[in-house]
Amino acid sequence: MLKTKYPTEPLKCWNKAKILRENYYRDFAEAHEKGGLRWAGGAWSFDAIPAGLGEDIYSLTGEPYGATVAFNDKFALECQEATEAEGFARDLCSYMRNYWGSILINKYAWPQFSKEFPKADFIWQDHICCSHSKWYQVASELEGGIPMFSIDVSVGPYEERTDHKINYIVGQMHDGIKWLEKVTGRDYDDELLIKAVKNEFRSCHYWSAICELNKAIPAPLDEKSMYSLYVLGTLRKSAQWTADFYEKELYPEVKDRVARGIAAVGNEKCRIMTDTQPPWAFLRIFRYLEHYGCVSVGSLYTFGLIGLWEVKEDGTWGAKSIPDIEITNRDEALRALTDWNLSKPEWQHFYHPKLKSEMMIRIAREWKLDGVFLHYNRGCEGLSLGIAENRLAIQKAGIPTMPFEGNMGDEREFDLERTMKRVDAFMESLGIEKVNIK
Amino acid sequence: MFQQFNDWYKNRHEYAKEWKERTGGKVIGYFCTYVPEEILYAANILPVRILGSHEPQDVSEPHIFAMFCPFCRDCLAQGLKGRYDYLDGIMIAQSCLHIRQAYTSWDLHIPVDFKYYLPHPMHLQSPHAVPYLTEELKTFKKAVEEWTGKQITNDDLKRGIEIMNSNRQLLQQVYELRKNPNPPLTGLEAMYMVVSSQMTDKREHNKALEELLQKLPSRNLDNPGERLMILGSEDDDTEFVAMVEDLGARFVIDEHCTGTRYFNTEVDVNEDLLASIAERYIKRIPCPSKDWPQRIRLDYILKLAKEYDVKGAIIMQMKFCDPHELDTVAIKKALEKNLNIQTLFLEFDVTVPIGQFKTRVEAFLEIIREEDLF
Repeated sequence: MLKTKYPTEPLKCWNKAKILRENYYRDFAEAHEKGGLRWAGGAWSFDAIPAGLGEDIYSLTGEPYGATVAFNDKFALECQEATEAEGFARDLCSYMRNYWGSILINKYAWPQFSKEFPKADFIWQDHICCSHSKWYQVASELEGGIPMFSIDVSVGPYEERTDHKINYIVGQMHDGIKWLEKVTGRDYDDELLIKAVKNEFRSCHYWSAICELNKAIPAPLDEKSMYSLYVLGTLRKSAQWTADFYEKELYPEVKDRVARGIAAVGNEKCRIMTDTQPPWAFLRIFRYLEHYGCVSVGSLYTFGLIGLWEVKEDGTWGAKSIPDIEITNRDEALRALTDWNLSKPEWQHFYHPKLKSEMMIRIAREWKLDGVFLHYNRGCEGLSLGIAENRLAIQKAGIPTMPFEGNMGDEREFDLERTMKRVDAFMESLGIEKVNIK
Repeated sequence: MFQQFNDWYKNRHEYAKEWKERTGGKVIGYFCTYVPEEILYAANILPVRILGSHEPQDVSEPHIFAMFCPFCRDCLAQGLKGRYDYLDGIMIAQSCLHIRQAYTSWDLHIPVDFKYYLPHPMHLQSPHAVPYLTEELKTFKKAVEEWTGKQITNDDLKRGIEIMNSNRQLLQQVYELRKNPNPPLTGLEAMYMVVSSQMTDKREHNKALEELLQKLPSRNLDNPGERLMILGSEDDDTEFVAMVEDLGARFVIDEHCTGTRYFNTEVDVNEDLLASIAERYIKRIPCPSKDWPQRIRLDYILKLAKEYDVKGAIIMQMKFCDPHELDTVAIKKALEKNLNIQTLFLEFDVTVPIGQFKTRVEAFLEIIREEDLF
């Protein structure tokens, strides 16, 4: 094997991340056997709130589940065709179609844990994308009427938040807790809520801190690996196991990699970021990039879907500090949770693409990037929102872009060969030649 | 009888320019029917809905990804082509993601004096939606006052509400006549009438409606043929409506934001005028993007179908319009199973493939006619 420019080594906590993910899907499937409850909802839902119902509450978040299905292209196709046969349009969110398809064919993406799709006891969702609440409105209907509660969080950019906007969200949360008590017949425990909120702060903070470490050259992590790590935050950001993993295992290890100059891509000579979810059935694109010594250090998507950020004193972007506040009751917990979530980077562009362009340009500069790959993702209207304007703004800032069209969850809408050719042309335009690697 | 509405619809830009010259007032272009026009009328501003031109897309591609609905791209194209160069301002009330992009790209590339993104609740079924929107309307009113340099008084607001409510009442009166066994107006005429109200001074529109209502009840048209409903995404495809009616059927009711969903609910005036306005926009029949967790819109469609004695429904689905795609399956099922009403699902672009659609509508009408026979 050729000697690489930088040393590389596998992540020590890699297997732990895989186990945590598997446990999550197993726990959901087996929840009833343990006397627990199951809920379904989006990855952005306020999962800290149902946590107040007890320690035996297990969730299935739709987007990561849809991505899991997408990774298994045969299963995904089966799900998509079932959804289309039911009359739903093929251009709808592909995660959503994968999820509905799983219900329709009654198969779980983790057959080792359940042959059948485990039906949730209730739906707990939030709403910022047009498809969020409608996804679960349909899911509820397909499953014979699961009780559903959804919280509208689409109140505008973080910098424009006001008391009445916060009150609107917090009011819905309070209603939601009463609703949870009613549909589950359980008493709500505010201490568990407060604990979950604090866990969420830790998970989001440390995930950002980990991404921040990728400013280093060479980058200690590549985006393909990051997908398997950030996902824990999309499963249960308020869980102790997520927060502990990020804080006590992943963060110290990545910090150590930076200190020792361990690279994700041994021949790193080109750094890019992507945008929106990748086409999950074709993650080998990232391996192809390595032929050019090209590492994708992340994206606003991987950094900001769960990670929260703030401008530090020196003007650079860093992990948002964990709020230094005392939370003594339910209302305080809900207000803290609202304020925290409203600052989510991936929530800002829902109101204007310029907010996202500014963040992307900042990342391109601070993470010292050579270019940006923009996935015009037909599978997600929410994260593709404004992407064409982002392209124009990034180009105007002097940063080369490579748009490519695809679909995160529906392989029928992705042309691998054409995308590879685009990568070749883009690398040529950057003056980067292939590296001889094995 | 409907020529005036037709002229307003076709000459919308000339009308707005002439209105500005005549009144010295400001014109605001708006992107969604959740915009509280009451406040704009209170400020003596003319609200005009920005609609497309039904021409092939040729300028919007660099700005809006092609997987978003052709309607939002067509709207933006109008701005990029300078057809709304007389606008003093633009605004949107938050609704679907698609049309939001027409607004934001307009904001980025087409200079106007006043721009406003009105945050608007999506969880309309929450008891917190009215107080939230009321606060947003206060902020919006203040922004308009600052822009125009003139305070909007309670009397102004009452006037704005009165103008809007009168228009809603008059349109409803005309629509009531469509319940007749032989409605005195066609679906095409109804479409011109309602859509033109979105682009003219409602005071003039109200006058024209009052005059129309004097004559309309005694008007006799030919046998209406099959009584149809048209529903779905934003739709001002007059060419399509005309084609269907030329085949011997009649649209007797619609469920579009260019139709009943626009005017169906009045402001119920209470002490707090802004709260009254907020309540109207929360309680109106919702756009599908805001229709959750319960399906309010579905019940409304079924109610209309029964009240207007509909025999068939054409579901118009704007390509890539996710919110409507998320309702269509449930609507189709409910119309067919609950009411035994035949449906025809058509996916359309801003340019309508009239020949292909004609063949499909002919087949649809044949099915309905056969059912009538046997």
